[in-house]
Amino acid sequence: MTSIGTGYDLSVSTYSPDGRVFQVEYAQKAVDNSGTAIGLRVKDGVVLAVEKIKHSRLLVPQSNKRIMTAGRHVGIAAAGWMSDTRHLVKRARDEAHQYHSIYNAEIPAKIIAERMGMYVQAYTLYSSVRPFGVSTILGCVDKDGPQLYMVEPSGQFVGYRGCAAGKGKQAAKTEIEKLKLEELTVRDAAKEAARIIYAAHDETKDKLFELELSWICAESGMLHAHVPQDVLAEAIQFAERSLDEDDGDDDDDEMEDEEL
Amino acid sequence: MAALKPGEVNLGTTIMAVQFDGGVVVGADSRTSTGTYVANRVTDKLTKLHDRIYCCRSGSAADTQAIADIVMYHLDLYTAQHGEPPTVSVAASLVHEICYQNKGGLSAAIIVAGWDEQNKGSVFEVPLGGSLHRGEFAIGGSGSTFIYGYCDKTYRPGMSKDECVEFVKNAVSLAMTRDGSSGGVIRLAVITGDGVERSVVYGDNLPTQYLG
Repeated sequence: MTSIGTGYDLSVSTYSPDGRVFQVEYAQKAVDNSGTAIGLRVKDGVVLAVEKIKHSRLLVPQSNKRIMTAGRHVGIAAAGWMSDTRHLVKRARDEAHQYHSIYNAEIPAKIIAERMGMYVQAYTLYSSVRPFGVSTILGCVDKDGPQLYMVEPSGQFVGYRGCAAGKGKQAAKTEIEKLKLEELTVRDAAKEAARIIYAAHDETKDKLFELELSWICAESGMLHAHVPQDVLAEAIQFAERSLDEDDGDDDDDEMEDEEL
Repeated sequence: MAALKPGEVNLGTTIMAVQFDGGVVVGADSRTSTGTYVANRVTDKLTKLHDRIYCCRSGSAADTQAIADIVMYHLDLYTAQHGEPPTVSVAASLVHEICYQNKGGLSAAIIVAGWDEQNKGSVFEVPLGGSLHRGEFAIGGSGSTFIYGYCDKTYRPGMSKDECVEFVKNAVSLAMTRDGSSGGVIRLAVITGDGVERSVVYGDNLPTQYLG
């Protein structure tokens, strides 16, 4: 950001001379400071996972959810400001309800993503507002099967097979790219999602965190729901074991180095 | 419920739609009246809402035309936004929404029928209060009161396309002979995945009834 301080970053309704809107880019920075959120679209459903960073040991476990339900078949995982997220989730719920009351059908993923994109984009146009400091990952199963979209602070919305947002997004995306998403089942995807969140977690920056996992699949009745306790426990176990194995490999490597 | 205003044109009517495996048959008489005066004896009460979705209009001609126009606009918008044609259920839901929201000011009873990829043939009815009902067949308009018995006795699930066409012709012509506000010709449309076939049965070709 070379032009910081030149005055073009004060208003969302002013372009910089090289055609950028800095307030939107700063909003993206707010997202990049947040715990990682990922979404996986697999053959029989969608899995959402979030690294919920805890600022205190006094927080009640499993409270302050960062994955929310927008419609019966729509889940939202968010990275960024939670207050902005709740506002967007309310909007998504209103859109889902309004669509249903007009067309007497569940809102398709494409349409809710488009409408959320339009709403978020409107906050990049006026000097009296600030853009949303949140990227929302929309998981949905509609008549065309599992769908995954991400809406960014700019209002851009894109469909994905797998996506990530937040501070660990680079590490998470590298891991997601290694998965064969079209062959994975949601059961396996839940474990992989947990592993990726644990791998993307940086213990030097944040000590405490909690994994949040949700899915939409046959087991949840094709509705969005947080995964049952046993699935969560199994996923966490899998993630921790994978981490240990990786550490083990590193140790082995070091041993070999020493032998040389 | 808003009664017809003085001089308002009424579709004192017989309308009907029947679903069969792979499509629907819709039919209507062609009389539009202002009191006892026949304002139009060759009216087309079968109105296209989308490529393969039609509605049969009864009640005020003005109100039902306005509703059909609004729904047509919404369905075009839907097609553009979704990148695929709407289902009959979506069209019926839009008609229902308009009729219910404005139930105090409207005099409209509409049958929505057509074909879509998901459900093939389907028939929906939105009567006066603005409720929405799905059925295997539906009849409506002032003439329909005379043929409930005939329809209930004659309709069988699983009838072929040709049987449905005969059923509609007979039922509508029976209603036209007993209802003073129904008459003229029978207009028909057969809607399937292959398209829409429109036809007319003129007065000299109507099925003959006992007229003793």
